Amino acid sequence: MADAPKETLAGRQAVLEGLPDHPAVKALIAWNADALTDALFDRGELTLTVTPEKICEAVAAVKDAGYSAFEDMTAVDWLPSEPRFQLSYHILSHQYKERIRLKTWLDSGDLAIESITSVWPGANYYEREVFDLFGIRFEGHPNLRRILMPDDWVGHPLRKDYPVEGYR
Amino acid sequence: MVDVGTPILSAPPAEGARDQHMVLNMGPQHPSTHGVLRLVLEIDGEIVVRLYPEIGYLHTGIEKTCEAKFYQQVVPLTDRVDYLGPMANNLCYCLAVEKLLQLEIPERAVWIRVLLTELTRLNSHLIWLGTHAMDIGALTVFLYTFREREEILRIFEAVSGQRMMTSYFRIGGLSMEPPLDLFDRIQAFIKTFPEKIDEYSNLLTGNPIFRNRLMGVGHLSPEDAIALAVTGPTMRASGVDFDLRRDMPYSSYEKFQFKVPVSNRCDCWGRYEVRLLEMRESIGIIQQALDGMPGGPIKADAPKIVLPDREKMKTQMEALIHHFKIVTEGFNVPAGEVYQGIESGHGQMGYYVVSDGTAKPYRVHMRYPGFASLQALETMCQGRMLADVVAVIGSIDIVLGEIDR
Repeated sequence: MADAPKETLAGRQAVLEGLPDHPAVKALIAWNADALTDALFDRGELTLTVTPEKICEAVAAVKDAGYSAFEDMTAVDWLPSEPRFQLSYHILSHQYKERIRLKTWLDSGDLAIESITSVWPGANYYEREVFDLFGIRFEGHPNLRRILMPDDWVGHPLRKDYPVEGYR
Repeated sequence: MVDVGTPILSAPPAEGARDQHMVLNMGPQHPSTHGVLRLVLEIDGEIVVRLYPEIGYLHTGIEKTCEAKFYQQVVPLTDRVDYLGPMANNLCYCLAVEKLLQLEIPERAVWIRVLLTELTRLNSHLIWLGTHAMDIGALTVFLYTFREREEILRIFEAVSGQRMMTSYFRIGGLSMEPPLDLFDRIQAFIKTFPEKIDEYSNLLTGNPIFRNRLMGVGHLSPEDAIALAVTGPTMRASGVDFDLRRDMPYSSYEKFQFKVPVSNRCDCWGRYEVRLLEMRESIGIIQQALDGMPGGPIKADAPKIVLPDREKMKTQMEALIHHFKIVTEGFNVPAGEVYQGIESGHGQMGYYVVSDGTAKPYRVHMRYPGFASLQALETMCQGRMLADVVAVIGSIDIVLGEIDR
């Protein structure tokens, strides 16, 4: 966006004050202000953190606000800190010509989150990939099977406690 | 709406048709699957009822390997992902890390990057055209397109020393100044190239077999294209007018004039038309890059990140120390996360790089267009003839290296 600030806006309050008219921020505040726990505007990219229970509603809210194209989703393993897994959803708006990142955190105790395939069927393979390589389950996914690794593989290779050379 | 899920291996054939339906395995060693893609097809006679792609045969764990390498060591890994568009991979990764570092790249390096990325697009589209036509049965076109591709590979070899795995772009610029006659050579190539596109078009556009095999086949509505995260020429052939080069410019694409070809046909023929037009637009971009090529350095002025010139390294103590430090310890990248998207030959490519402040990337995720396009395969093939599957796979231009990573 043309009027995007140059500097970093760290924290929910700073983003709400710095980007009050941003369509995605407005949509999330209008939907459920409490579910938006953190926000960051850094290096020209907006990251909005939402609670994991509400991820499906959150992506539906930004989709209605014009962020119509799901682009990418993946996870990051922050072992040994808790919550351990970070899920990042990259969503593109053809209308605003801008990308946002929705982020959520998962504890290693309960590795399950709602699938967003009901909002974007295109998230199907991406969620399967995260399930395969990180071991995070997606509730409501139509076909949650391994996608890149063989079906009988043991372990989740992209976790940080999985050795780079694999187990031999 | 589309259901990309149900595995037909484990699910029984549809109710009431149990006796007539057959489950057919296609691939992973099938010439039309462009690599090792396996399709499980449930067919009723010759009509595709369900289709289920099985992937992962080329999975090498590149994303995991990246986490064990220094930032600069990841560049050669990226070549091997989409092996038909090496420079586009390099560009996307370098832009992502440069965004993390907030590094300014000299104009000359940026322009050479655009020039070579567009040549890469031509390379990628030429292979697509040749193999796609070959799948349909027009074998001759393959020989024609590979003749031109050979010249592009020679240009790549001249510039980087490698035909396919170029690794020419570096974080902070380019690996070396291109050879003196390079621009003349590219100029000579693109001078004759439009005629070559006419030649392909003469072979295919009027060919009744080719037309009948593509027209009306593999229908994908614009709504389904967006819902299934399909991007690039496949999406634009479904009437969605969006191109990252024009709409979210990176690497100085905003300084170039070009049109974004869009077709409302939503079928394989539309994808054919869009890609042919894209090749012509790429020639225009290459011409503009050649005409306006700025002078100056090809590496950013960041001695702790960019390797020094060979001569300086041999004669100056400080340069030698920097060289030693970068090679043995890498360079620290400030903590943060970035997503850099570019428009590659196949569609929207993206690198998501997460840094924890050390010299090795904490996480590198690669978003490749073929992975998402494959989800749309069932939607495009359902209710069509078995032979159309071959045409549809060709039309979405998949490279299994980028899907399996």
